[in-house]
Amino acid sequence: MEAQVNSLRPSEPQGGPAQPHNVVRLTEVTKVFKMGNNVVEALKGINLSIRAGEYLSIMGPSGSGKSTLFNMIGALDKPTTGRVFIDEVDVSQLDAYELAWLRCRKIGYIFQTFNLIQVMTAIENVTLPMIFAGMSRDEYMEKGLKNLALVGLADRYDHKPSELSGGQQQRVAIARALANDPAIVLADEPTGNLDLTTGEEIIVLLKKLSTERGVTIISATHDIKMLNVSDRVVWIRDGRIDRLEEREKLRISIGEVA
Amino acid sequence: MAIVVQRQVILPWRQVIRIAFNSLKVRLFRSVITTITLALAIAFVAYTWSGYAMLNSLWPAADPDLQRIVLAKGYEPVGDQFGSSPKDRWLMFLSLLVAVVGIVNAQLMAVTERFREIGTFKCLGALNSFVVRIFVLEAMYQGFFGGLAGGLTGITFSTLSLGAKFGRPIFSNWPPAQMLFILSWACLLAVILSLLGVIYPALVAARMQPAVALRSEQ
Repeated sequence: MEAQVNSLRPSEPQGGPAQPHNVVRLTEVTKVFKMGNNVVEALKGINLSIRAGEYLSIMGPSGSGKSTLFNMIGALDKPTTGRVFIDEVDVSQLDAYELAWLRCRKIGYIFQTFNLIQVMTAIENVTLPMIFAGMSRDEYMEKGLKNLALVGLADRYDHKPSELSGGQQQRVAIARALANDPAIVLADEPTGNLDLTTGEEIIVLLKKLSTERGVTIISATHDIKMLNVSDRVVWIRDGRIDRLEEREKLRISIGEVA
Repeated sequence: MAIVVQRQVILPWRQVIRIAFNSLKVRLFRSVITTITLALAIAFVAYTWSGYAMLNSLWPAADPDLQRIVLAKGYEPVGDQFGSSPKDRWLMFLSLLVAVVGIVNAQLMAVTERFREIGTFKCLGALNSFVVRIFVLEAMYQGFFGGLAGGLTGITFSTLSLGAKFGRPIFSNWPPAQMLFILSWACLLAVILSLLGVIYPALVAARMQPAVALRSEQ
């Protein structure tokens, strides 16, 4: 095990050290799906740099390529062409072990459908990534409970997902996403399956994480409430970036949204 | 900021055992159904095998009257052995075939309906081998218990059925050592077949990109 820890892959920053740190960078990313005889171009050349610590929302109608882009940023799927850099490391150059490490430690995922492991309790779901990261039982139980307390579910640690409401399940998913203190939290329509108030609570929670812990939050969404807390918004349309707006501009163009 | 990607993710065997066991326990109904499929197929095999074992043990000890009854019931010894005529071999082959198809089908279904769970595991940093290990262990538990239950059921039914046909001598000549041997074979066979059914879909699922596994319907 010790030998593996030392097998590091140093970064190869291509833009030079003077630029601000980009936690994610995409260059000319395309993704083509083949469905029978149909070829669907989900992404048609995306260039995007995401700064460390920002709260970025990816907005767009359904079918615009939002989720595909989300999967590219999260190293959950391979682009057809183009490159994805996470912390300036080219994801396509990583082997299976390094990819698993990246998913385990660097990135936390939150999904529209929660994707908790149904047969595991809340605490088991939250601690699974910590087990993969090699923590001892005492360590992961303590941290798991702490994370559940952070999302306000400390007393529900022993419940199965089926015994929790949608909002509670999404909180467990957030606690799980934070298991190994990732630099990036990726959320795919995190409020999509929740009612208005619960959705708002989740957004507030994500924003809190972003400001208090400096976690980069990247969220694919078409929930307008998200705009209010975002530092930047990327509008996707038909597989391309339609426009990219800073927060200040947003307020002018659409006013206060809440 | 030091930017490095390391390689170390682990899943200790203790955790694999716990996760696999819990996964079976929580899905008790589903796993019992799969295990019953296994048990029934193995019961058929054990029924055929143990029947011949009992006849072989009975034959030398039987008086000519009983031997005539055995032959009259349609059992044909080749030399002094039952179970090696072409008809017998065909029966055993068929029973195995039924077992294989039943078990592989049940395990294929069981893995396919868990693609999403596999995708989630991979998002959390699981290696392909973690996924395979969990499924292999689950299959081994199921194979072992299915084989044991099926073996016992098959042996019990064949003993009762031959006992009804030929009476007391079947019980007095009952061969315990051979029955134990058949039971062990039944367990081993069930474990192997159960693994056979699980390995392919588990490998396919483990190799999927997480995004693809997550997209699958549940």
